Amino acid sequence: MRMVAEADEDLVEIVLLSLEVSLSAVAIAAVIGMPLGAWLTMYRFPGRRVVIALLNSFMGMPPVVLGLVVYLLLSRAGPLGQYGLLFTPQAMVFAQTLLVLPIIAALTRQTLDDLHRDYDEQFRSYRIGPLPGTFILIREGRYSLATALLAGFGRASAEVGAVMIVGGNINHVTRVMTTTIAMETSKGDFSLALGLGIVLLTIVISINALVLLLQSREKLA
Amino acid sequence: MKRPCAGICRVAAVIFLLAAGAWTSAQERFITVASTTSTENSGLFDVLLPRFREQTGIGVRVVAVGTGKAIRMASSGDADVLLVHHRPSEEKFVAEGHGVERLDVMYNDFVIVGPDADPADVAGRGVSAALGNIAAAGAVFASRGDESGTHRKERALWKAAGVEPAGAWYRETGSGMGATLNVASGIGGYALTDRATWLKFANKGDLEILVEGDAVLFNQYGVILVSPERHAHVKAADGQAFIDWLTSDPGQEAIDAYRLEGRQAFFANAARR
Repeated sequence: MRMVAEADEDLVEIVLLSLEVSLSAVAIAAVIGMPLGAWLTMYRFPGRRVVIALLNSFMGMPPVVLGLVVYLLLSRAGPLGQYGLLFTPQAMVFAQTLLVLPIIAALTRQTLDDLHRDYDEQFRSYRIGPLPGTFILIREGRYSLATALLAGFGRASAEVGAVMIVGGNINHVTRVMTTTIAMETSKGDFSLALGLGIVLLTIVISINALVLLLQSREKLA
Repeated sequence: MKRPCAGICRVAAVIFLLAAGAWTSAQERFITVASTTSTENSGLFDVLLPRFREQTGIGVRVVAVGTGKAIRMASSGDADVLLVHHRPSEEKFVAEGHGVERLDVMYNDFVIVGPDADPADVAGRGVSAALGNIAAAGAVFASRGDESGTHRKERALWKAAGVEPAGAWYRETGSGMGATLNVASGIGGYALTDRATWLKFANKGDLEILVEGDAVLFNQYGVILVSPERHAHVKAADGQAFIDWLTSDPGQEAIDAYRLEGRQAFFANAARR
């Protein structure tokens, strides 16, 4: 624990990279996943239920499987090999985005769907179209939607299977908290691994607390 | 007028700013080296790579996996240089046209570790006798089981001992050296490990070195440039610079000078050119 307290440069670098990678993944997944969730709520089309079932299933995708798929995609021998993205932070963001996207899309749809049931009649009587309707639902469901983003961030920052495979745990380049914990455990250095685990937990708890704080301030305002 | 989503928008803004940071990290000149966990975990690269970078300006990104996986990585062109420790596999890699040339870099040795109570009575014996005793006693043996250089070496040693390792006492972990040592330490089993990983391993428990010094435990590391003819994107010049430096006097002296727990961990033995 003392080793963690004496936060050296390497450790700070690892923590910052972890945050950058996972937050980027959540941001990209939110930009794609939230409109997708809203679209699934507001529009009925054939196959909609299949898409929803698929999204719900992919929420449980094992990170290591996804990591392997992304590895094969990004490998020089794979279809996206020409870009040389394997073993870069970008590859890790890519993998985590795919991991988090179903969670954000599915939870967004769930949230908006529940609200839509209550608002549907009003929308009809006031002749509110799907697009303005979506914004009303998003405004009403913003706390649940923030929780969906947090769930995504929790999943991204906690997973090790995907980033280990596509990032390679390269020192100073793709070494994040979870891969460091796995590596230190394999070196038998349990105290350092546990210390890093505590850092990881603290960060996740802090971010959750921050969002709670913002929410309560907003409710008061 | 108060914006309805001020709080959420602020959080979103922070997230996007942080996200932007991940994409703007400076592009540097670097090569990718596929290597083994033993060299990475020993801390050797932490000493060698900054020195090489200082002298040449080339960064080295090491992906540390088992030898089997490292070779597969290099075969599909995902590395510029291969630095591993299983000579037959390395020669096959070059013969198949994936690599340019295989060069010796350094060696150390394997050791057999086990519980200090030594239930199979292997302490101080030769490797074949020790393995024979472990099998005969049915004492637990933790094997890598991951096609790594150490695993391939281990299988060759069982073969030489005339024993087919199978049964409840033979546990294949399918994971890295450290993880396998954690298993051996946890269940009081025997294991074959390279000395560098062992020296650095912090969870020894009641394990100790029981067999060492047998000539068959020699552990040679070789370095190969991935063929730029096979993979056009391979950074041949920078990769070759790394290989030249490793096998030159400054590189070889740096390897010899590296100490782990007060002991020399690797012995440089490149053919001087």
